[in-house]
Amino acid sequence: MLNKTPATSAVKTHLKTLAPANAAGLALLLAIALLPLNQLHAQDWIKTGTNRGAPIRMAVPDFKTATADPGNANLLSVFNETLWYDLDNAGIFEMVAKSFYPAGTQGYPADIKLDVWGNPPPNAAMVAFGNLGVTSARLAVQGWLYDVKNPASPQVLGQQYNEDATSDMARTIAHRFANEIITRLGGVPGTAESKIFFISNRTGHKEVWQMDYDGANQQQVSKLNSIALSPRISPDNSRLAFSALGKDSWQIMMYSFDLGRMVSFPRFPGGNYSPAWTSDGTRIAFASSMGTGASEIYVADASGAGPKRLTTGKTDISPVFNPKTNAQIAFVSGRTGLPQIYTMDADGSNVQKMTDQGYAVSPSWSPNGLLLAFAWIRSYGPGVPGKQDIYIMDIASRQIVQLTHDGGRNDYPFWSPDGRHIVFQSNRGGSEQIWSVLADGTHLQQLTRTGRNSQPNWSSK
Amino acid sequence: MSFGGHKVNYLKRSWLLVLGMLVLMAMVSGCKKKPPPAPPPPPKAVTATLSANPTSIQPGQSSTLTWSTDGADEVSMDGNKVDANGSQSVSPSSTTTYHLHAKGAGGAQDASATVTVTAPPATPTPTPRPTPPPITDEQLFAQNVQDIYFDYDKADLRPEAQATLARNAEFLKAHPSWKVQIEGNCDERGSTEYNLALGERRADSARQALIRAGLSGDALKTISYGKEKPVCSDANEDCWQKNRHDHFVLTSH
Repeated sequence: MLNKTPATSAVKTHLKTLAPANAAGLALLLAIALLPLNQLHAQDWIKTGTNRGAPIRMAVPDFKTATADPGNANLLSVFNETLWYDLDNAGIFEMVAKSFYPAGTQGYPADIKLDVWGNPPPNAAMVAFGNLGVTSARLAVQGWLYDVKNPASPQVLGQQYNEDATSDMARTIAHRFANEIITRLGGVPGTAESKIFFISNRTGHKEVWQMDYDGANQQQVSKLNSIALSPRISPDNSRLAFSALGKDSWQIMMYSFDLGRMVSFPRFPGGNYSPAWTSDGTRIAFASSMGTGASEIYVADASGAGPKRLTTGKTDISPVFNPKTNAQIAFVSGRTGLPQIYTMDADGSNVQKMTDQGYAVSPSWSPNGLLLAFAWIRSYGPGVPGKQDIYIMDIASRQIVQLTHDGGRNDYPFWSPDGRHIVFQSNRGGSEQIWSVLADGTHLQQLTRTGRNSQPNWSSK
Repeated sequence: MSFGGHKVNYLKRSWLLVLGMLVLMAMVSGCKKKPPPAPPPPPKAVTATLSANPTSIQPGQSSTLTWSTDGADEVSMDGNKVDANGSQSVSPSSTTTYHLHAKGAGGAQDASATVTVTAPPATPTPTPRPTPPPITDEQLFAQNVQDIYFDYDKADLRPEAQATLARNAEFLKAHPSWKVQIEGNCDERGSTEYNLALGERRADSARQALIRAGLSGDALKTISYGKEKPVCSDANEDCWQKNRHDHFVLTSH
């Protein structure tokens, strides 16, 4: 159904054989393989972004209002904006500008003329359209996705939604419909319904907050009035692990979203930091000085039982499991001086030093297990540290590409569950805020603006 | 008396008038010539003077008070009986006014003189201070146990940090029951999580040195604050250096 054009078949072929991030990542790495790293600039990233396989030309005419309820206008505008944002940011579409669309509203299948959409000026491969109406305080949405180049059987999706007529639900329905489209055309579930957890000091204390992936619905999670750091949501979204300063030590804390409160987690001696989940949610890695007086990597059951020390580096922290296998851990160690990125097997054996210059911290493993994002002051000079940017390394080849180029101190990259986006913290605008970007460097978005915000963590679904 | 009658009686009435006047005159002159009574002997007026020379002295120096009285039976200086005339050397420690009191049949008289005591220019008089409250253990600790400082991204002890730790250790040995928290801190550069690991190591460096110097490890607890509790928030090396430190806190005594 989608294999009639070179563009869609190319995407489909990629996604059949490779996870999307891998497709993007390999395209990037291939593109830069011919260039010395120091010649990379932002422009190259735009080029390599489009070289990953032609994106699908997607047209999304504004949804049509289906009833005369006075609440329609606001909900319609929220819905249309959200759907466009989600598809535009999905990383697999080239959005056809609305100025190219045929005149008239396109709310029902009978309104769609495939030859008009499929030829210039829109020249779209896909068109997503539908209608929205409010009846008795209920919001009803019908949405379709049509393959413009398949006139015999154009319908790819036909969805219906019925929810309370609120702005939040209009946004939620748009996210769901977008995710259906992204999942169908992109091969893996979209991120439009995922959450980002982060640290914010906007109450005067560093607490854990959460927001939708696009920055909407920012809500406070922890209320400890102390210092909370390093939030990590469990793979099933039921528990949040983080580190917090208690009366006399840093401890791993556990918040249950099922219960809506903190739940117990063992207190260990010394300082306990930077928890990380396996992708099956059964184990937790964290850093602790419980045994040696220096920070080392430990692994314990998700309940905190049976912590086992894996390292002896004395300044080891920030572990993260390879989510594809859970058999490998990337972490940071200052065992040879300035901190560098290392990997090891999940039992502590086979330690590999992945970077060997500058100041490299904050590893984050891509969902397909093939790429590491990390923060790097690459050209570190005594007394004059350079800029700290986000880089992506292909583990197998150890080739490295630079993701951010726009100044400031960039840190704590974290992959989206579809592997196409990276969220990170940056002070490029003057204060520390959360930003997201496609893994090819495009579609940079600032997600937070209130207080200082840091250490983003993207939910895995 | 009647002056009746007319022309016939004019001469007679004039005579009577003259007579009457004479009588009156005789009466008046008779009073004037009476001798005055003898007055009592007048009491002698009381006088008193008092002077100081010099009138201004410095502490430890003396001034001479000189006084004289007249007509007094009783003379006292600030309540003490003194001679009617005399002099006395005084050496007040602060400015003092002396009062002379003279009393006699002719009344009483007071005189006073002030001797001003000035601060010597070279050595000012120390102002009396309230007694300081007794020093607390926390204050004693803070005065004697000094912070140590680190190089960027390092947890190694500099020579001066080792010297500071040696002094800290000597002081703490005298208080073996005290428990100490060693707080490792980092500057604002670098990553939040890595700085927690670095702060751990900085605190542990000090703890190990204190143990080597003979202190009990049980009394020495460490905590890292990473870059979460800076003492200074400017973005320059001066401030960063202040933040790259171990701070020591007395937690139990």
